Amino acid sequence: MRERWLSGLILLLFVALASCNKSERSGPLPPKTGKPAYGDTMVTGSIGEPSTLIPTLASDSASHEVAGLIYNGLVRYDRNLQLEGDLARSWDISADGLVMTFHLRRGVKWHDGRDFTSRDVLYSYRVTIDPKTPTAYAESFKQVIKAEAPDPYTFRVTYARPYAPALESWGMSILPAHLLEGNDITRSPLSRHPVGTGPYRFREWVPGQKLTLEFNPDYYEGRPYINRYVYRIIPDSSTMFMELKAGGVDMMGLSPVQYQRETGSTRFREGFGKYRYPASAYTYLGYNLKNPLFSDRRVRQAITSAINKDEIIHGVLLGMGQIAHGPYKPGTLAFNPGIKDFDYNPERAKRLLAEAGWKEKNGAGILVKDGKPFQFVIITNQGNAERAKTLQIIQQRLKDVGIEVKPRIIEWAAFLSQYIDKRNFDAVIMGWTIGQDPDLYDVWHSSKTGPKELNFIGYSNPEVDRLLEEGRSTFDWRKRRRSYFRIQEIFAEDQPYTFLYVPDALPVVNSRFQGIEPAPAGIRYNFIRWYAPKEAQIY
Amino acid sequence: MTNYLIKRLLMMFPLFLGITLITFTVIHLAPGEPVEMQTAMSPKVSAAARERMRTFYGLDKPLHVQYLSWLKRLSVLDFGRSFAPDNRPVIDKISERIPITLSLSIMALIIEFCLAIPIGIFAATHQDTALDKGITVFVFAGFAVPTFWLALLLMYLFGVKLAWLPISGLHSLGSESFGAIRWFWDMLKHLLLPIIIATFGSLAGLSRYMRSTMLEVIRQDYITTARAKGLTERSVIFRHALRNALLPVITLLGFSLPGLIGGSVIFETIFAIPGMGQLFYMGVMSRDYPLVMGILVIGALLTLVGNLLADISYAFADPRIRHGKG
Repeated sequence: MRERWLSGLILLLFVALASCNKSERSGPLPPKTGKPAYGDTMVTGSIGEPSTLIPTLASDSASHEVAGLIYNGLVRYDRNLQLEGDLARSWDISADGLVMTFHLRRGVKWHDGRDFTSRDVLYSYRVTIDPKTPTAYAESFKQVIKAEAPDPYTFRVTYARPYAPALESWGMSILPAHLLEGNDITRSPLSRHPVGTGPYRFREWVPGQKLTLEFNPDYYEGRPYINRYVYRIIPDSSTMFMELKAGGVDMMGLSPVQYQRETGSTRFREGFGKYRYPASAYTYLGYNLKNPLFSDRRVRQAITSAINKDEIIHGVLLGMGQIAHGPYKPGTLAFNPGIKDFDYNPERAKRLLAEAGWKEKNGAGILVKDGKPFQFVIITNQGNAERAKTLQIIQQRLKDVGIEVKPRIIEWAAFLSQYIDKRNFDAVIMGWTIGQDPDLYDVWHSSKTGPKELNFIGYSNPEVDRLLEEGRSTFDWRKRRRSYFRIQEIFAEDQPYTFLYVPDALPVVNSRFQGIEPAPAGIRYNFIRWYAPKEAQIY
Repeated sequence: MTNYLIKRLLMMFPLFLGITLITFTVIHLAPGEPVEMQTAMSPKVSAAARERMRTFYGLDKPLHVQYLSWLKRLSVLDFGRSFAPDNRPVIDKISERIPITLSLSIMALIIEFCLAIPIGIFAATHQDTALDKGITVFVFAGFAVPTFWLALLLMYLFGVKLAWLPISGLHSLGSESFGAIRWFWDMLKHLLLPIIIATFGSLAGLSRYMRSTMLEVIRQDYITTARAKGLTERSVIFRHALRNALLPVITLLGFSLPGLIGGSVIFETIFAIPGMGQLFYMGVMSRDYPLVMGILVIGALLTLVGNLLADISYAFADPRIRHGKG
């Protein structure tokens, strides 16, 4: 809601000031290229303040973003979204997939100078599964039946059954055992003053204002070029955008409106590098499958056929996104490029509805079956303007084929507790982030339909269940792909959701920074190799 | 007077308890729980993990038990620990932000009174002239213009276009190394826009109030008498009329006390000022019960104290009340 009127008013504001638009502040433009050099400061903005810098306890993205520069995991995703060793030099998985052995890097030091060893890994694992730790991340570690550190540079875990997403879970931040062991982690000063192994060291945190990190000269991959990383807390994205234009912020993610309409000036084009790539998220229309209205697959297929996804992307995202056909990000390993779902075709929609028994129309032009008109409520959460607009477009398109949709926008907490958790809805517009590991068990397996579980639409398909189980129980990528490709085919036919779109991430970075190489993983993955040439440095 | 005071003070206790009880109930009635707000829709969180976190925060106990244990802690001035993942003492979070909000609102309040009272007097003594009407339009424009809109416009003009003023925050980067004078000047520049906008928005209320009480007073017989005595208009207005006209304003001042620490969400959000308004808003959005209760308790206390002070100063200023007729 707030975002919507703000972006509306921003537009108004720019209309109001359009008259003086030619006098954009001028100054020396930074050079386009230059030799890598140490120094300078990267200032980024964040809408929220990190809550704690012990990532095990944090559940907000701001905390994890900062912690990502301070800590390392055993493994991480590289530029092509493949797992590679981080604090682990390498790893072996036993033939039966049950035992994972990590060979740790030697010579890695904590920011306070102590050596990093397997004891730290063991501690991080133990504190995560400790029932006294209020963490959200215990689940994948509960599958471990034995964890051991046979020597300071080897760490071995044993699983009860092969579990493919387990490898990714070892990307969790490794915490310093020598500072935490024996203390209550929830009261540890490390939450405000962290000590990690990462490329940046913590320097200062001014509550509500900013957080400063400084380069780690002993980082195992070599010291990062940029000396300081300042994380400013700017709760309003319009303000942040103005700070960006005025030079107070060097990097931020833009909204489609900002990206398309407000970055056209010469000054902006020369002052900033604009990037665009698919975000790891998708938006969907989900049906409550317990509702007799949607239990017929043809009805769901008809609704998908009646929706023009292109129109939604143009209307809502100003074209900054692409059509989603399934739950994976286009271009990733698990994404099946061959699937076809139902494109926009109102005639097909009407035909499918007629097959399902919706033949007659009442006086208002709404389809009727057994005396009941075809009408339902689509709910979505407040505060997300994109979803609200998508809802309006869908409402209009479904009206064209004789379906009456009542939109309803509900405050987030009530939305979850009164509607989603109680299964008290017809259809819902929501989004999921797309994990790097293709496992979809929690959202689609028929065992996950319990209260507060994520298969809240009540999807149950024995074949999908089997494929999900197969997909997560092998480390063989060929087999995994086969499972997930087939799942996408089933979804395309079954339409348990109407998959709507994958939005684009739209970051801009001040052009004095060089070395940015967009890749499937985005731009942030090689941050320590970014640099500002000596003559362009301003801090 | 002493009896009256004691009575007023004793009355505050049940009132205070009632306020805490109601706020506690209301915040718990709001849908959603802190744990849920933190972990909802995350595939990584199991039901067991959620239960574990509820136990950690004591949310598994019945509501009255939660209230009583909260009250017990409060009686020794312990506001408890925040339900946010940082788990910090609530009092730390509040005391980190109160100075910022307090100094901002006191500055705005002083400027507001200094401007609004003369404006009100002027409008009253020049009733129905073009100037009076001009002032009316001006102050109501301030009242009606959405603050965030004006703020964004001015930010764009002074921050981006002209680059005279900083856009948001309280300090420039690197201000730690500034000398005291430069540091203060830097902060002043950051505060200029917020204070101007805050004052502009609140001029209308007070100046209109001042105008109407002034108008009422100058129609009184004793003013006519003063004029008949041949006093100058200046002394009639400032010595005789103003004193009486200011009385109700004292009450207003008392009422502004709780507002001083309340801050404003919209304002602080736009200018990225880490104040109480934002803290409270975030607390409510994440259902951080101890934090919300802590801020409300302080707010309630200040409201009660503000009312008390207003009554007392009124009594001092107005002999009719002081001598027990009121």
